[in-house]
Amino acid sequence: MATQSSRSAARLMMAPAVILLLGWMLVPLVMTLLFSFKKYLPLRGGDLGWVGFENYVRFVTSSAFWPSVSATLIIVGGVLIITVGLGVLLAILLNQPMWGQGIVRILVISPFFVMPTVSALVWKNMFMDPVNGLFAHIWKFFGAAPIEWLSQASMQSIILIVSWQWLPFATLILLTAIQSLDREQLEAAEMDGAAPLQRFGYVTLPHLGRAITVVVLIQTIFLLGIFAEIFVTTQGSFGTRTLTYLIYQRVLESQNVGLGSAGGVYAIILANIIAIFLMRMVGKNLDQ
Amino acid sequence: MARAVTSRRKIINTAAAWTVGLLIFFPILWTILTSFKTEATAIADPPVFIGFDWTLENYATVLERSDYARFLWNSIIIAGGSTILGILVAVPAAWSMAFVPSKRTKDILLWMLSTKMLPAVGVLYPIYLIFIKLGLLDSRTGLVIVLMLMNLPIIVWMLYTYFREIPGEILEAARMDGASLKEEILYVLTPMAVPGIASTLLLNFILAWNEAFWTLNLTAAKAAPLTAFIASYSSPEGLFYAKLSAASTMAIVPILILGWFSQKQLVSGLTFGAVK
Amino acid sequence: MSHIKSLYAATALTALTATGALAETTVTIATVNNGDMIRMQGLASEFEAQHPDIKLEWVTLEENVLRQRVTQDVAASGGQFDVMTIGTYEVPIWGQQGWLVSLNDLSEDWDADDLLPAIRDGLTVDGELYAAPFYGESSMVMYRKDLMQQAGLEMPEAPTWDFIKEAAAAMTDKENEIYGICLRGKAGWGENMAFLTAMANSFGARWFDEDWQPELNGEAWTETVNFYMDLMNNYGPPGASTNGFNENLSLFQQGKCGMWIDATVAASFVTNPDDSTVADQVGFALAPDNGLGRRGNWLWAWSLAVPAGSDATEEAKTFIEWATSKEYTALVAEKEGWANVPPGTRTSLYENPEYQEAAPFAEMTLGSINAADPTNPSVEPVPYTGVQFVAIPEFAGIATQVGQEISAALAGQQSVEEALEKAQMLTLDEMEAAGY
Repeated sequence: MATQSSRSAARLMMAPAVILLLGWMLVPLVMTLLFSFKKYLPLRGGDLGWVGFENYVRFVTSSAFWPSVSATLIIVGGVLIITVGLGVLLAILLNQPMWGQGIVRILVISPFFVMPTVSALVWKNMFMDPVNGLFAHIWKFFGAAPIEWLSQASMQSIILIVSWQWLPFATLILLTAIQSLDREQLEAAEMDGAAPLQRFGYVTLPHLGRAITVVVLIQTIFLLGIFAEIFVTTQGSFGTRTLTYLIYQRVLESQNVGLGSAGGVYAIILANIIAIFLMRMVGKNLDQ
Repeated sequence: MARAVTSRRKIINTAAAWTVGLLIFFPILWTILTSFKTEATAIADPPVFIGFDWTLENYATVLERSDYARFLWNSIIIAGGSTILGILVAVPAAWSMAFVPSKRTKDILLWMLSTKMLPAVGVLYPIYLIFIKLGLLDSRTGLVIVLMLMNLPIIVWMLYTYFREIPGEILEAARMDGASLKEEILYVLTPMAVPGIASTLLLNFILAWNEAFWTLNLTAAKAAPLTAFIASYSSPEGLFYAKLSAASTMAIVPILILGWFSQKQLVSGLTFGAVK
Repeated sequence: MSHIKSLYAATALTALTATGALAETTVTIATVNNGDMIRMQGLASEFEAQHPDIKLEWVTLEENVLRQRVTQDVAASGGQFDVMTIGTYEVPIWGQQGWLVSLNDLSEDWDADDLLPAIRDGLTVDGELYAAPFYGESSMVMYRKDLMQQAGLEMPEAPTWDFIKEAAAAMTDKENEIYGICLRGKAGWGENMAFLTAMANSFGARWFDEDWQPELNGEAWTETVNFYMDLMNNYGPPGASTNGFNENLSLFQQGKCGMWIDATVAASFVTNPDDSTVADQVGFALAPDNGLGRRGNWLWAWSLAVPAGSDATEEAKTFIEWATSKEYTALVAEKEGWANVPPGTRTSLYENPEYQEAAPFAEMTLGSINAADPTNPSVEPVPYTGVQFVAIPEFAGIATQVGQEISAALAGQQSVEEALEKAQMLTLDEMEAAGY
């Protein structure tokens, strides 16, 4: 269909975006790669020469490496399950006839507008503080000993905070998808005597497949890099050190840029492994 | 009979939805309430909800200590600038992907998204060194560029999905009428895509507003936005919940209000191609 | 002829002063959001009034963020700041690297000889003073006189760790949310590890032997951490593993702690009736010992330094001279009262009768500061300087990770032995990476 000239025009129009992103990816990537093969200690005089794969070996053999990979996966996985699960339920609820739908929708999407630093600070101090936090007050009111959220249930706490931030996003996308669902289809299923649960399983859920894929993809991209939530709350203590946070510790706390860069390369590899899975999934869904 | 059932269902729905909505909104509400308390009331046990002596002293303290207007202005410029610049770069790219797709279009799109997966901490050092060389440290220009690049993949993706929903026949018709490429984009495509572009603008404005890694690490005084403002109110000495709440409220209220007013546009457009 | 010359000169002079008045130099100051620094920021308008050619830009950040920002900037020579607020840990390391401007040439009036010797030594490298102390601190015991009396005990001026434990047990009343002792538990080299390193000194432990071999899984460290764990688990507040200086401060101010061993600067906060519910009941004692000749008190000074990359070195020095001068102290005293002046830097302050009158903790603070010896911190000889830290660039990274292991042990997620074993391993690993 497209003519030769429109093809080259198309390429030309894509060029700025592609070149910019290529630069944004390649320049730091190449520098990171260079650093990762060097002993680079800014506090000891900077560039101290090539060391081959030493940084790579050291990063992987450190006792903190595998726990950090699993912490990353648990946080990403946990948040995805919660936001998609609750997101579907919320979307269905919000799609029902009710009074004040607009206001409820505003209430539900609000957490998305709160900057991560603020939400982490608020949750940590005003809710999860074991002495002055609201949760502690509630627990004490019911005669229970307050939970030390950020130490005893550190992972759950972080997942809770991050899920609160991302639930609105998931809900919104799923809501738009549900609204596009053919009411007749549902009514037909109802006529056929399908129970509500069946209707949900056979009609609603398959229809949402594509939306869920999109939610998973976009959120994973953001969740792999979460930093502020951990920096503000636990600083990586109590098993919450993700790969991103481990790299931060190497680069900024230990000021070992070589080692941190090697970690960065691992993080890129991990991200790409996850990306390949996701892309397959999305790719299929995009084709239809 | 049927009416009675529906209205009862409506009552149940309403009750359930409002409960959930208020629960989700509660942390924000609590922060705003706390910002009007004294430090002592803020940690009172049992907690007080409404029945306290409302005070503005926290806001006065925060305004006296920080140049709020400058932080706010920087946030607006950085978030706005990066979003607008991003859209300018992304519209042509998304257009060509949507209307002149090639075999590689999808690969390029997915590759773009994958650039977002580079861990920011890992490349802080290289970027910092580059910024020193270019003299971009603590400049709004530098942040506008970085945040634009960060959000570009999302912008391209969103626009691409909107453009794809526009029926090709309309463009064909325009072309038959002798419209040039520029006219086609400007007068046919863009108006049709306005809801999508609006939604993209809003989402990316929010993302840029809330970005807290680069905005904190690449600025000092001149270009520091609200994310840096808030970094001076976390756990100083002594009681700080009320002051922290006031500062938090000041940091999130502008974007909250924007979000509330524009929620229709945001919601209607936020599909990422999830709806066929 | 000479007439014309002088006319020329006069014109040139006017032009010069005119441009001088126009060319305002901006001094960007990075500082911590601690109370004393916020006060300084508030009073800085006086400085700007005195120096119309200097404009101050403030970057006030939470401690962790600040440290990350200034380290990053100085290490990469970013040149974003003209004045940096740093501590006794950074100054010797950065000074040695040539990253800081020497302050030896500050004016006579500033009176460097008035600085407390322990503090001044900590900021001097090879005879060059690289930072001016803004406030200095050691650590000491702060306790509730009323609770101590109820428990039928009397706090000696120089308690032992065993007495502290006895007193903590006697004062604890968990029903009424009164905890015998509050100590730092939050992970970080400047948080729990500052306290523990100082405490370990009094138990005869050290970070490294003379060949830079870490000793964290040794007997002395195990004893230290077990003692600490015992105190915290039995008599400490809930959630102690996330309590830092500030969390403990607010607990103490709310009357929930019987004793608190922490920075001497806290003394003015806990005795301030505006913030503290127990202001009139606070007593002070030296940090505890174990009869080995070392006390568990540290030495720290938040100081102002000029990074070598600054483009306003002279103006930055002018500001530092003002902010750390006796005049500044007098200014604070006049506006906010003597109890609120930045403590712990000058001999003259402790000789001032007005200050002694207003600050009941003055004597104990001075005694604690003088008792700290950064060059011989522990019972055994060490290859490093620093009381609650080891002045090598790697320490911050190492100690933060060690602190996380101990914090996890305090939260009950692992045993003390496991924590120290991991700490030893990671310290070895980091030291090896640094080339020791």
